[in-house]
Amino acid sequence: MSTTTSRIDRRFAALKVEGRAGLVAFITAGDPDHGTCLELLTGLPAAGADLIELGMPFTDPMADGPAIQASTLRALAAGARMTRTLDLVRAFREGDADTPIILMGYYNPVYAYGVDRFLADAKAAGVDGLIVVDLPPEEDGELCLPAQAAGVNFIRLATPTTDKARLPAVLANTSGFIYYVSIAGITGAGSATSDAIAAAVAHLRTGTDLPVAVGFGITTPEGAADVARVADAAVVGSAIVRRLEASLDAEGKAQPGLVADVLGFVGELAAGVRGARK
Amino acid sequence: MSLNTYRAGPDEHGHFGIYGGRFVAETLMPLILDLEKAYTAAKDDPAFKTEMSYYLNQYVGRPSKLYFAERLTNELGGAKIYLKREELNHTGAHKINNCIGQILLAKRMGKTRIIAETGAGQHGVATATVCALFGLPCTIYMGEVDIARQQPNVFRMKLLGAEVKPVTSGSRTLKDAMNEALRDWVTNVGDTFYIIGTTAGPHPYPALVRDFQSIIGHEVRAQMTAMEGRLPDTLVACIGGGSNALGLFHPFLDDADVAMVAVEAAGHGIETGEHAASLTGGRPGVLHGNRTYLLQDGDGQILEGHSISAGLDYPGIGPEHSWLHDVGRVKYVSATDQEALAAFQRLSKVEGIIPALESAHALAEVIRSAPTLPKDHLMVVNLSGRGDKDIFTVARELGVSL
Repeated sequence: MSTTTSRIDRRFAALKVEGRAGLVAFITAGDPDHGTCLELLTGLPAAGADLIELGMPFTDPMADGPAIQASTLRALAAGARMTRTLDLVRAFREGDADTPIILMGYYNPVYAYGVDRFLADAKAAGVDGLIVVDLPPEEDGELCLPAQAAGVNFIRLATPTTDKARLPAVLANTSGFIYYVSIAGITGAGSATSDAIAAAVAHLRTGTDLPVAVGFGITTPEGAADVARVADAAVVGSAIVRRLEASLDAEGKAQPGLVADVLGFVGELAAGVRGARK
Repeated sequence: MSLNTYRAGPDEHGHFGIYGGRFVAETLMPLILDLEKAYTAAKDDPAFKTEMSYYLNQYVGRPSKLYFAERLTNELGGAKIYLKREELNHTGAHKINNCIGQILLAKRMGKTRIIAETGAGQHGVATATVCALFGLPCTIYMGEVDIARQQPNVFRMKLLGAEVKPVTSGSRTLKDAMNEALRDWVTNVGDTFYIIGTTAGPHPYPALVRDFQSIIGHEVRAQMTAMEGRLPDTLVACIGGGSNALGLFHPFLDDADVAMVAVEAAGHGIETGEHAASLTGGRPGVLHGNRTYLLQDGDGQILEGHSISAGLDYPGIGPEHSWLHDVGRVKYVSATDQEALAAFQRLSKVEGIIPALESAHALAEVIRSAPTLPKDHLMVVNLSGRGDKDIFTVARELGVSL
């Protein structure tokens, strides 16, 4: 584990001082096109996102529901590729030195890019962490350990199927925070009850001092607030992406007002999170 | 590279060389570990073996015949050609061998619901069949494109009581059906068993499916020894994910004098880019739980395969094949749609056996290579499935309306 504090560590420390949970907002890199995505990305912190997850598009998103599947295919159709994803992060960093960016996606595009080259370029662009859905602890040698060595946090997912016996393996090489997937299922599907989430977060805290973010199935400011009462951050992805989708024309192109509408929704989610513990 | 044995893989992490592995979401990881544990226990349990044998003999109709194709041999004028008649199995293909094994495992594990993906529909039919046999509900994911070209099998699955869910995402073929099956599994972790149809997916599936299909090669070994007094010289099989090929090859991997040729689908031709030949035209990547050769672009995005045969229309291949390819133990070649169509018609007319379009790819290689070999060269081709399901596709290609 890295001994220097990362941008993610500093952000969670600051949230703790403020006495509130954070909002992690997800968008897909290059959705619906590069320019609109950059506008969205640069607008997210002011709208209230405390951390940003930027999806790396992939043709076969096995763990994602229809909303993010469509989003990733839109991005690819609009010319998204790994170098362009890193361009987005670089451009974002020119105006924001503090908001953590986590790249989220599947392993093959990273593997095709080359792990060492990817880590060097991602770090240089200003990426703080990685979430790679199809790399469980059993495959830590692939990317997790090289990422830690390169000073990039590797954030692991814990799920309802992660039992007591397995938890230490999941926590072992994780850094930055733990992402609790609150339902067994794909993104944007059902949602867990507040009680179930509270119990799961308490279970995770028995094994780690890392912050716990909770995602999957959070669609409203109220839902985000429920999570923010028990966890260190609430992650919202599909609901934001669906909002974006609603502002596309019949050809899937961005219509005027898209960026303002999506950022407005992120603002509502942020208000939910910020008001949760008052 | 020289090895003491080619049959020791995978290692404890599910690797064949650099291939294989367990590239799945955390939600599925405990399920895969459970499956590995259950399979390891079952493998060594005589009761499991007895149960397997019972169903394979009494229900599937094994052993399948090793048939000397005399007329085809005479026409081609070279190697002595034997057909391993997997198409005579109940449900008309080799797929049922694996499904019997996996449903018995599912029962042992107390699972109460079955899911599967299918391309040509042969694995879907075989899965629906064993679910009917054991009274378990079953959902089959099938790409919309494949549903359109394999109507007889879709109807067959429904008759057997399965729910066939059309997959409309991505290229709407086998790879997307597998994505959708994985999405189902990750959502229904408690009660559901995923019967994967080929030697791919996360460990332990590639090894488990291979083991269940290896009965093909074990039988050939005994049958050939009885008929000719020695082992065959060459084994030929078609390859999509690679289960019928590995089932035939695996028991012979350490017999240095037995050559093996696997035939990928070259579609419209490798040079056109419209093919499903992962080894010939792809490079290593990670998809559907394992590292293997994949059809992909420079950015790691998966490309759509193309083949006239829905069962070979997949952009990957089982990880053990990727390894056997790299170490050079098996020769991998390809056959185009047109070559497969010609072989399909030829076997029908010469031997009175209508082969599956998948198996016709293997026959295309036999037609190419047999004439160049001596008459005492023993060649076994795996006739992995029968062609009834393909008559509409073939009729369309030949300009015949049914």
